[in-house]
Amino acid sequence: MFKKKQYVVLGAVLVLTLIVLNLPGGLPARLKQALGGLYLPLFGAASATGQLGKNAAANLTPRNELVRQNEVFRRENAELRLRLLQAEAATRENARLHQLLGWQTRAPWKLKLANVVLREPANWWRTVQIDLGRRDGLRENLPVLTPDGLVGRIGAVSLTRAQVILLGDPACRAAALVQNPARDQGIINAGAAVLDPSLVNLGFLSRNAILAPGQNVVTSGQGGIFPAGIPLGTIVDFRAVEFGLYTEARVKLAANLSALEEVWVLFP
Amino acid sequence: MNPINTILILLAAFVAVFLQAACGTRGSLGAQIDLLPALVVYASLTGGLTTVALLAVGGGLAFDALSANPLGISMLPLFGIGFLIHRQREFILRDQLFAQFILGLAASAAAPLLTLLLLFTGGHAPFVGWGTLWQWLVMSLGGGLVTPVMFRLFAFIRGAFFYRPLTETSFRPDRQIRRGRF
Repeated sequence: MFKKKQYVVLGAVLVLTLIVLNLPGGLPARLKQALGGLYLPLFGAASATGQLGKNAAANLTPRNELVRQNEVFRRENAELRLRLLQAEAATRENARLHQLLGWQTRAPWKLKLANVVLREPANWWRTVQIDLGRRDGLRENLPVLTPDGLVGRIGAVSLTRAQVILLGDPACRAAALVQNPARDQGIINAGAAVLDPSLVNLGFLSRNAILAPGQNVVTSGQGGIFPAGIPLGTIVDFRAVEFGLYTEARVKLAANLSALEEVWVLFP
Repeated sequence: MNPINTILILLAAFVAVFLQAACGTRGSLGAQIDLLPALVVYASLTGGLTTVALLAVGGGLAFDALSANPLGISMLPLFGIGFLIHRQREFILRDQLFAQFILGLAASAAAPLLTLLLLFTGGHAPFVGWGTLWQWLVMSLGGGLVTPVMFRLFAFIRGAFFYRPLTETSFRPDRQIRRGRF
């Protein structure tokens, strides 16, 4: 009797696993969102605790330190305002020249700030979850970046949260351009080292690519997901692959993916 | 089967998955320690097979919901481990610290391997390399160390919230000792 019960439970779990793994269409994604929704109270509690910690730290910071930091930020703000004026003038000039040549003008970036609320619990994927969702206008494949550079793209989106697939995950590829005289192009396809999330592979480069360590890599704008010109990182080293048909380079990412706290979602 | 024990284990799984996602060890150790195999070891040694099945299904689904794993992929490895331990539980010295450590180590080593096997079989492409061996080592050792802690934690909770079973002695004040040849 006892043995029989054991095998009934084993069979039930097997059947349930097969059913869940073979759910049709978007049902698994919806089920994931529903299950993830159960964690909303814990998200709230965690963010409240974090806020409490920040408030406590703010209260403990001495006044003279705050005054000093304020002065530094005031100076930085003034400098950035001047740079913004310069950039606006360049943008206006660029738009005018585009108009004269009949080129299509590039729309300005619209950005939305998001907090990273969860990290990937499994070791074999590279994703994080942010606190923006469908109600904030998010949809799949929107680029995600930090002031340092590209971070990844939006994956699954629920009402209040979204998954960001980070660069280095096999599911996040980015068309890249090396800022060298030859303007070599390739694809950031996967991480270069499991234990170092800052290194990714830049593949499909021409075998005649003129690479050198330290060259900057930016998005090329091809592929339709990431706009051109977002910094990706710098070349660390490179080697010939596929019997010398292609060159593959390792790129050190500009954004620090292991210490993400706030990211910007870019709307087209 | 004690339903309170089952509820406690499921609640612990729910919180464990959240803790893994919210404050991980990947930044410091290079790998995220999985707490669910340790819980499965505890459940299979102290609860019934239904508890193990509920933990594998509930914990696996919760883990996959917060991860990029396909939904349901973690259920079978967890249940497989729990099923095997449950079958052999009569031969295991479950109160021994060393036995708990070894069982946690084995369960934490087997769970990621089985999950990866299922992922590759399903045609998915998880990111693995030589560094995965280090991650596997950390996960196994971490799981082994966490398992005795899990036993102590549950013992503390049970001691704090539930009545202890009354121990009956064999002494009876009204017993009569007959002496004689027969």
